[in-house]
Amino acid sequence: MAVEKMQSNPQRFSPTNVIIGIILVVGAVLTILRFTKGLGAVTNLDNNNPWGIWIGFDLLCGVALAAGGYVTSAACYVFGLKRYHSAVRPAILTAFLGYALVVLALHYDVGRPWRLPYPIFVSQGTSSLLFEVGLCVFLYLTVLFIEFTPAAFEWLGWKKIRQVVVKLTLLLTIFGVVLSTLHQSSLGALFMIAPSKLHPLWYSGYLPVYFFISSMFAGMSMVIFESTLAHRYLGHKMDHTHHEEAPGVAFGFAKAASFIMMGYLAIKIVGLAIDNNWGYLATGWGLWFLVELAGFVAFPAILFAMGSREKNLMFVRIAAVLTVLGIVLNRLNISVIAFNYHLPTADRYFPSFMEIGTSVFIVTIGIVVYRFVATRMPVLYEHPDYKTH
Amino acid sequence: MAISRRKFIGCIVGAAALGNATGAPGKAHGASNKHFKGYPDSFGVLHDITQCIGCRKCESACNTVNGLPEPQVPFDDLSVLDTRRRTDADVFTVVNRFQQEPSVFAKKQCNHCLEPACASACFVKAFTKTKQGAVIYDESLCVGCRYCMVACPFDVPAYEYHKALTPRVTKCTMCYPRLLEDKLPGCVEACPKNALVFGKRDELLKYARKRIYAYPDQYTDHIYGEHEMGGTSWLYISGPSFSKVGMREDLGTTSAPELTAGPLSAVPMVVGLWPVLLTGMYAISKRKDRIAREEKAAAVAETIALGQEETQKKLDALKEKMTKEKTAAINFEVKKALEEAEKAAQQAAAQEPKLEPGAGGDAEESIEEDK
Repeated sequence: MAVEKMQSNPQRFSPTNVIIGIILVVGAVLTILRFTKGLGAVTNLDNNNPWGIWIGFDLLCGVALAAGGYVTSAACYVFGLKRYHSAVRPAILTAFLGYALVVLALHYDVGRPWRLPYPIFVSQGTSSLLFEVGLCVFLYLTVLFIEFTPAAFEWLGWKKIRQVVVKLTLLLTIFGVVLSTLHQSSLGALFMIAPSKLHPLWYSGYLPVYFFISSMFAGMSMVIFESTLAHRYLGHKMDHTHHEEAPGVAFGFAKAASFIMMGYLAIKIVGLAIDNNWGYLATGWGLWFLVELAGFVAFPAILFAMGSREKNLMFVRIAAVLTVLGIVLNRLNISVIAFNYHLPTADRYFPSFMEIGTSVFIVTIGIVVYRFVATRMPVLYEHPDYKTH
Repeated sequence: MAISRRKFIGCIVGAAALGNATGAPGKAHGASNKHFKGYPDSFGVLHDITQCIGCRKCESACNTVNGLPEPQVPFDDLSVLDTRRRTDADVFTVVNRFQQEPSVFAKKQCNHCLEPACASACFVKAFTKTKQGAVIYDESLCVGCRYCMVACPFDVPAYEYHKALTPRVTKCTMCYPRLLEDKLPGCVEACPKNALVFGKRDELLKYARKRIYAYPDQYTDHIYGEHEMGGTSWLYISGPSFSKVGMREDLGTTSAPELTAGPLSAVPMVVGLWPVLLTGMYAISKRKDRIAREEKAAAVAETIALGQEETQKKLDALKEKMTKEKTAAINFEVKKALEEAEKAAQQAAAQEPKLEPGAGGDAEESIEEDK
């Protein structure tokens, strides 16, 4: 019986699926450990280092890299750049999954996850930037969910309700941009309360602006990166329009990202000048800061520019990967690496294998759900009954 | 010493009732030009580091008063003083030794900021700055996000990392329940020296200044906590500079709420203006599209109209030309025929005798038909 099944489904036990299966099993074990033995048993967190990679990577990078949702839908619906239309749905789907996973990761990190609705419904700590982040993420997750429902409705064949939601598109997009502006920037502003703990090269009064601006090119790079992966693994699910428009989307976003990254570089230098932090550049931390800025912002920005000018898709894809890595580096620098820089080495934080395992587990859940949805619902192709033109 | 601790307390506790009555309401105003100097008549504790002998009696009292678990190393074992310790989930205060010969000890616990970073950072308002001066924590609201620990510049709040489902943030409460009963904080009561002095913060500041003025050789001329991070209810005076007794001197005087007031005040601006800006952009792009569409339609119509007119003209010209050509052709043919006929007639005339008379008549007939 089992043999028959295996023969009829040769895909089921492919190496990828086996690896995914192992990760999911390990993740389940880690989940049980976390909720029976506590954070202390699973993480390397301590009283000096209350936030680790579950905040630094899962929350901060997760939210920044899910910015493709608001960037793409704003480009298409608000700025009227219709050539990005085929990129909107995959971007909205990844954004929705990204935010959903951020919330899932928070359930592991906070002490009493069932109280996560407290800041909104029980006791509103309005003086806290974390309150703003929480409220915006909650609202934006709802917006993204509604924005994605047309794909599900088309799949289910619910024409009338789909029509209602489609009419809300512009309203939802604008609401989404407002919410994204607020929580993307507030994630940076979270650290403004701790000038004594974050290294001066990363601490700045402009932190919220830095986070917001960098979220834009993070989102664009992620759209390019995901599109590369989707073409390789889900290319058969794409329709003609999607295939036709994809290079245009990549070159368009590459050009835009290049410009925004140059602007970001400029305001980072302004930040250095305003706080007169030039002196730190000559230190070890300064070198690390320059690696982040030159290697993972300036270099990919130039690569993007060249790629878009010479219509070189390979350049654009490499630049997108570098930019995504740069965003991860920046967020980890602020939350983990340059945070508590003043503490002696023995008191510094390094994530445990179980923390890393949990993060890998959560990202894997995202990939599995994306694959499930994208192979079933009209995400990478337009449903024949609802063609726009 | 000019004034004994007991006496000092006596005059303060008597005023406690007054303090309770005049407490300001607990509202935080982020972005305003008002400087919050703390609740009037709120309490504090002055830690005179020069007086501390490192006996750990305060630690022991804290443990008892707060019902904390017995430590692994008993409180009368003074060897722990030499390893640098910090507050922990079940340790609300610690004394560390910072200098040998002569020994300098300093006590660490929550400083009870006038504008606490933890309270400002908490997204469920689990922390309250009471009008008595204590910063207290409400376990029933806490989600366990630990942002308070990130925010605290003094690294004070600790977390029960070993608890799976009900972890709390823990820290010194300035013995708030005891304050309400007009009792001294546990550590202050247990201190055998004058290293801990409880009183109204304003009075403590005056007292500290007097001490520094009276014994300039013994003290660094600074009252730690008067302005640090916007001011704290616990105050410190010390012989060595504060950085030498484990206290950061680079914290600045800006309170935590002021540090985040800027980004918080930007929120309503974004909420108010972004929709306007974005709708405007949408309208502009729509209008551009519409104008482009209209222009295209107009251009197409014009081209068609222009084309039609031109075609008509060409057609007319062609017609005219053809008519002319046709007329010319006819005339030419007529002329040619006439000439031929004439030629034929001449030839006929020349050969008249050989030809029959009917031939000439035929030629004339065919010309008439042509016409």
